[in-house]
Order: sequence, then C-alpha cells, then structure tokens
Amino acid sequence: MSPLNLNREKMPSQEPLVRARNFEEVNLGLSPEQARREAERCLLCKKPTCVTGCPVHINIPHFIQAILENHEDEAVRRIRTDNSLPAICGRVCPQETQCEEACVLNKKGAPVAIGALERYVGDYAIRACVLPDMSRVVSQNKKIAVVGSGPSGLTCAGELVKLGYQVTVFEALHELGGVLAYGIPEFRLPKEMIVRCEIDTLRHMGVEFITNAVIGKLNTVPELLAAGFAAVYVATGAGYPSFMNIPGEDLNYVYSANEFLTRVNLMQAFKGEASATPLVVGKRVAVIGGGNTALDAARSALRLGAEKVFLVYRRSEAEMPGRLEEIHHAQEEGIDFQLLTLPLEYLGKEDGSVRAMRCVRMELGEPDASGRRKPVPIADSEFEFQIDSAVVAIGTQANPIIAQTTPGLQTNPRGYIVANESGETSLPRVYAGGDIVSGAATVILAMGAGRHAAQKIHAALSGEI
Amino acid sequence: MFELLAKRLIAPQVWRFTLRAPGLAAKRQAGHFLILRPTADSERIPLTIVSSDPVAGSVDIIFQVVGATTRALAAIPEGGTIHDVAGPLGHPTHIENYGTAVMIGGGVGIAPLLPIAQAFHAQGNRLLTILGGRSQEFLILEDDLKPVSDSLLIATDDGSRGQKGLVTDVLRTLLEKEKINLVMAIGPVVMMKAVAEMTRPLKIKTMVSLNPLMIDGTGMCGVCRCKVAGKTRFACVEGPEFDAHEVDFDSIRRRLGMFKAEERKRMDAGKVA
Ligand SMILES: Cc1cc2nc3c(=O)[nH]c(=O)nc-3n(C[C@H](O)[C@H](O)[C@H](O)COP(=O)(O)OP(=O)(O)OC[C@H]3O[C@@H](n4cnc5c(N)ncnc54)[C@H](O)[C@@H]3O)c2cc1C
Ligand SMILES: Cc1cc2nc3c(=O)[nH]c(=O)nc-3n(C[C@H](O)[C@H](O)[C@H](O)COP(=O)(O)OP(=O)(O)OC[C@H]3O[C@@H](n4cnc5c(N)ncnc54)[C@H](O)[C@@H]3O)c2cc1C
Ligand code: SF4
Ligand code: SF4
Ligand code: FES
Repeated sequence: MSPLNLNREKMPSQEPLVRARNFEEVNLGLSPEQARREAERCLLCKKPTCVTGCPVHINIPHFIQAILENHEDEAVRRIRTDNSLPAICGRVCPQETQCEEACVLNKKGAPVAIGALERYVGDYAIRACVLPDMSRVVSQNKKIAVVGSGPSGLTCAGELVKLGYQVTVFEALHELGGVLAYGIPEFRLPKEMIVRCEIDTLRHMGVEFITNAVIGKLNTVPELLAAGFAAVYVATGAGYPSFMNIPGEDLNYVYSANEFLTRVNLMQAFKGEASATPLVVGKRVAVIGGGNTALDAARSALRLGAEKVFLVYRRSEAEMPGRLEEIHHAQEEGIDFQLLTLPLEYLGKEDGSVRAMRCVRMELGEPDASGRRKPVPIADSEFEFQIDSAVVAIGTQANPIIAQTTPGLQTNPRGYIVANESGETSLPRVYAGGDIVSGAATVILAMGAGRHAAQKIHAALSGEI
Repeated sequence: MFELLAKRLIAPQVWRFTLRAPGLAAKRQAGHFLILRPTADSERIPLTIVSSDPVAGSVDIIFQVVGATTRALAAIPEGGTIHDVAGPLGHPTHIENYGTAVMIGGGVGIAPLLPIAQAFHAQGNRLLTILGGRSQEFLILEDDLKPVSDSLLIATDDGSRGQKGLVTDVLRTLLEKEKINLVMAIGPVVMMKAVAEMTRPLKIKTMVSLNPLMIDGTGMCGVCRCKVAGKTRFACVEGPEFDAHEVDFDSIRRRLGMFKAEERKRMDAGKVA
C-alpha cells in the first residue's frame, strides 16, 4: 500500500492586494494536472465518511474515481445524479464543516479537496458543454409549479424534469438564481459564466422559466393549483432584511446588505458608472455582521474603491458564521475586523448622510441559548469612528407575501413556512423548502430540500403514497 | 418583454403609456403599482398602475421624465417593448364608505390619485377633490376626476388656473366649512407633510401614498424603508399607503435625495451618448 499523500493541492488564486481591487474571481480553479494529483490522494474508501458529511450525500469517491481514470464526462454524469449545480456548490459550500471535515484524511490534517474537485468537474461540464441525456425520460403529462429560482427551486425543478414532469419556475425578479444572482458577488461566483450556464443546462433539460412573476400578487398559490398545476413547490428564500432598530439607521448611505449587494450584483453597480443603478460607497465603510453576507459586502466595498473597510461583529472570530475560506480571504485583503464590538448609533451630517458610528466594546459572558458565549458590553468602553457608509448584515427574515396570500398555509411564529423533511406543508399539493422553511441556511441545504420535495411530489403523484 | 401599445404626451414631460400586460390587468386594484425596466440595462423603477383593461389585457401608467430611467422609458416608440414589468405590487387601497372624503393630488401625484378616487367614489363616498400644479399646463387628468368628484377645486402656483396658491390653501378653507371624514393626499413629500400637519390637530384620518426609492418591490432590499410611528416599515410590501400622522416625512425627503449627484452623472452621460 502506498504511503498517504498529505500534500493537498493548493487552489490557485489571485494575489490578495491585486484581487482586492477587482471583481474577477478570487479562486482560479485547479488545473487538470492538479485535479488528477488531488484525486490520487483519495483512498476511495469502501465506507466513505465524506459522503455522510455531505448534506446531499454526493457519492464522492465515485466521481473522484472518474477523474482518476481521465473520464471527465463520466465524472460529470456521476456528480449530476446527486447534484445539478456542481460548479456552484464547489465554489460556495462550506466544505470544511461538511464533506471535507468528515474525510478520513482530515484526521491527518489534509482532507481531500472535495469542493475544489467538484468545481473542477462542474467547470469542465460548462466548458465542454456536457449536457444531460434526457432521451430516456418518460413524460408524466403533469405540470408542476416552482416558486423562486434560488438553489432550492432550481434543484427541485431539475429533479422533476428528470422524472418527466413539465416544470415552470416563477421568479419575482428579472434575473434567475435567487441569492446566487443578487447576493453572492461576482468574485466568488461569476454570474455570466457559471450561474447562467448551470441554469441554461436546466433550461436545456426542459425547465421553463418565467421572470417578473411575483407569486401571491400576479397569481396566488391556490390559483396556480386551480390553473392545472398538480403541485407547487415554494422556495422563496429568506430575503427580508433585518435592522437593529438603533438611532440613525435611516440615514443616507446606511444600507441593508441586500440593498448593497443587489445594487452591486443584480443591478451591476460593480461596473461603476457604466451601470444604470448608482451606489455611493465613500472612503470608510463599516459592515455590521459576521456571516457570509457581511464578508461579501465588506469585500465588495473594498473592490468598489473604499480605502478602509471595518467589519463590526459583536462576538469573537471563533463564533463568526461565515465560511472559513472567506474569513481568511477577507483578512488577507485587508478588511479591518472590529470584533467584540456592538454598534449603538449612527451619527449624521446636516444633509442627512451618515458621518460616524458609535459603538461599545463587548466581552464574552455565559453561554446563551445557542450554546455560544453571550457578548456583554464592557462599561465605559464606548467609542466613535468616522464612516462614509455602512452596511447592515445582521440577518434576514421570512418574506410575508406567499403566507399572506395562501389561506391555510401554516407558518411558525417567525413567519417561516412549516414543512416536514419531504417538504410537505399544511396544505395538500403545496410543498416548501430552502430558506423559507429553515431560515437563512446554505446553498446545499436549500438544494437538498428541493431534491427531497421533488422525490415526495413524484411519490405522491405517481400514487405510491 | 411587454409591448407598448400606445403613448401620449399629456403635459410637458408627462407621458401616458398603455402596456400589454394581461396578468397585471386581471389582478390590479386601486393603489397597486408595478416595477419596470425600460431596457436590459436599466434601473428598476416603481410606477403606479393608473388604470387597466382586463379585456384588452392592458394597463396604463403615467410618468414624468425626471431622470435617466424615465427618459429611457419615454424614448420607447409605440409598438416597441419594455424589457421587464413586474406587479401588481403593494397593498391595494383600503376602500370603504367614510362619508365625505377629500382627495388631494399634487403634480404627477394626480396620476396615482385617480384610481383611488374612482374606487372611493364607487363605494359611495362624497368626494371633494383638490388638484394642484405649477401652472395650468401641468394639471393632468382633470376630465377623468371630474365625473367621480362632487366638487373639484384647483390651485396653481402662478394662478393660471383655479386659485393662486397651494393645495393646502384650498384645504384650509374646506376644513373650515365642511365635516370631513377622510383625507387622501398624494404628491411631493412637502405637500403631503403640509397636509398632515393641517389635519393633525383636527384628528381627521389622513392617508398618504409614499414614493421612496425602490429596487425589487418585494421586500428583499430594504431601500424603501420609511419611519412610521417610530418603526421601520417597508413601503413596497407594507405600503405604499400609510397614516400621514405617523409618517416621518423629513426622513423620506432626505432619503429620496440619496443618489441625486450620481443620478445626475448618469443623466448627463446619457445626453452625450
Ligand atoms: C450574500 C450571501 C452570501 C451567501 N454565501 C453563501 C455561501 O458562501 N455558501 C452557502 O452555502 N450559502 C451562502 N449563502 C446562503 C444561501 O445563499 C442561501 O441559503 C440559499 O440561497 C437559499 O436558497 P433558496 O433557494 O431557499 O432561496 P433564495 O436563494 O433566497 O431564492 C429565493 C428566490 O425566490 C424569489 N421569490 C421570493 N418571493 C417570491 C414570490 N412571491 N414569487 C416568485 N419568486 C419569489 C426570490 O426573488 C429569489 O430569487 C449566502 C447568502 C447571502 C445572502
Ligand atoms: C409606489 C410608487 C409609485 C410611483 N408612481 C409614480 C407615478 O405614477 N408616476 C410618476 O411619474 N412617478 C411615480 N413614482 C416615482 C418614480 O418612481 C420616480 O420618478 C422614478 O423612479 C425616477 O426614476 P429616474 O431614473 O427617471 O430618475 P432618477 O434619476 O432616479 O431621479 C431623478 C430625480 O427624481 C427624484 N426621485 C427618484 N425617485 C423618486 C421617487 N420614487 N419619488 C419621487 N422622486 C424621486 C430623485 O431624487 C431625483 O431628484 C412612484 C414611486 C413609488 C415608490
Ligand atoms: S455539495 Fe458541498 S458538502 Fe456535498 S460534496 Fe459538494 S462541496 Fe461537499
Ligand atoms: S473519506 Fe476522503 S479519502 Fe475517503 S473516499 Fe471520501 S474523500 Fe476519499
Ligand atoms: S423596494 Fe426593496 S424592500 Fe421595498
């Protein structure tokens, strides 16, 4: 038996100080040689622990083996049986706490770079135009409506067309992809090359997409059912921004993260004045929060020309919910982490724009309900610093439109739709999943929910239950 | 893509468009708005749905050219297309029979007022309508509002039509001699604020339709947030109509000016091209 190879291939990336000023992708992807070398490190375990670490149980050694055998097309085919958006997941999944954490080689400190390999295969599929073979799909002659085109809706749609259903995805915005399109920035997830291409693959498979369709307003869920859709899958996300309700939050240039990122991504403000939609960033920017959204906003602000970007987070780095890789990338790029710091107030100028923010330092006290140590203010530690803009990234809530317009659809006290593991809601033929059920989570969990719902819908419609 | 069926200039820089949008036409109620993008590169802007024809599958909008997006919209020829139209958005107006209601429209705010006035009239309210504008040529929709109004009063800044002065001057006189149950005011922020201040001491229920900046119109971005009764409210999904006595108008006015300089640059750049 050959000795373990613990030399994990390093993802090539743009130099930190160069990339901090452009919107090109940070990570460049493994070369075919690197991918092969990395694949060789995999032990192709008989009982692969990595698979149990992946929320959708992708058969990881199975696709890695195809890379080893120089059969990229086969690797694509294998990955797609479990995951219809590999180029996206390979880029944004928190691998370090999922598949890679569970990899046996992690005990030795060098898990197989599963995410990077998945991205490699996904990118190959896009570059080589490897399209799924739909020739053996048997039509079910039934229509299904999917509401929302984020990762959950896309996955559900993809699974259902593979099973022979006619699927129509209704999207409120003018662009498809949900958070993949309006939230996660270009430098982490290129829109034109990656997101649109993976969506085009679904279109090729027969999914129909209708944009500018705000369900609940244009048509309600009961109306879709009455119009002949056999089932509806609701995947509308959790995109309703929260604010802290502190003084000065309505000052000009205090943005919600969704507004900031929507302007940057969906409305293309990253192209500067070439974009029709303006964004004022200024020289000094404070971003409040510690998740992926906060990190994305902070790094976008830097790329839009800010000289100094502060990340203001009330707990310590260990509690930051953002992906590890993004935290490291942000630090390398020079984001100034103001940890254990709580904003108290924004201070404004005469003209109504923000000029400064007042904060208090915190220390960690007793564990709270979430098990994390609760931050408590330190007496007399208030301080003020000057800013030109601020981005509030403290989380989101459930959007109320569907719940308000679907009588009988049960929601929990926070407004999220109540659904079981298979996506079944309190209403027959209405399924739900992704962030609108779980609260803000991850791309892969949203995809998993879409897949489970598709299977349940199929089981229900084909009379198995 | 949404076809522009007809366009008509109804006042200087003010257009009335008829768009083909059967889904919206079937659903729209008084108080609804839509969000559109004239071209594939445009900003998203909100405009009130002024009327609809469910049979023809069309809706009408009336807009004033004020910046780059409304200019791009005005440039679309009859028979051309509008890239994106989404709606109907917002809560429809709460319509009931209050008795006597004053309907106040200022400038292009008369456009969103029209469907609301029509709905209040249909519900049996006695309507006293006040229209205001810079001068006679800027007054719109007078002929449409007349049939639903029990009286229609006009104020212009220069006195070229009706009383010389502001809509609030007319309102003050009405308040002195009439028992009024509801006031609905739509127009510039300063006008809505002035109306609110006038009816507040009299405790007359007063509603305004707010027009903050918007992007998605579905509750996702938060740019449309307004302070109402000290709370943060999203005008696109919780409004756009609110109790005027609870609205922080100064905050709304400030926020509307947020991108003025940036918008200007884009407008000027457009002129060069
Ligand atoms: C900035 C940011 C960065 C993130 N980074 C990561 C990351 O690195 N890794 C990771 O795993 N997760 C990340 N996440 C979380 C992840 O993106 C979400 O968990 C995931 O997108 C949820 O998917 P979804 O399909 O449930 O909803 P969404 O992606 O939110 O999609 C919902 C869609 O439904 C549409 N919609 C809403 N209401 C209606 C309606 N009434 N009618 C029609 N359409 C409607 C919306 O417009 C939207 O397009 C990030 C989130 C954000 C905001
Ligand atoms: C719910 C709602 C309904 C509306 N209905 C109508 C309508 O029926 N007819 C109509 O003409 N307009 C209406 N508006 C206003 C309209 O959306 C703006 O005039 C438009 O967005 C301007 O876009 P622009 O790019 O051409 O101008 P910009 O370049 O964005 O702005 C030019 C100037 O107009 C001001 N401005 C920008 N947005 C608004 C706004 N929302 N309200 C007031 N002033 C603004 C700016 O401060 C700036 O000074 C409505 C707004 C809302 C929120
Ligand atoms: S989907 Fe995510 S967790 Fe699963 S194998 Fe891919 S990168 Fe790992
Ligand atoms: S656990 Fe690690 S080594 Fe084993 S199959 Fe999975 S990726 Fe390969
Ligand atoms: S316009 Fe985006 S939340 Fe209202």
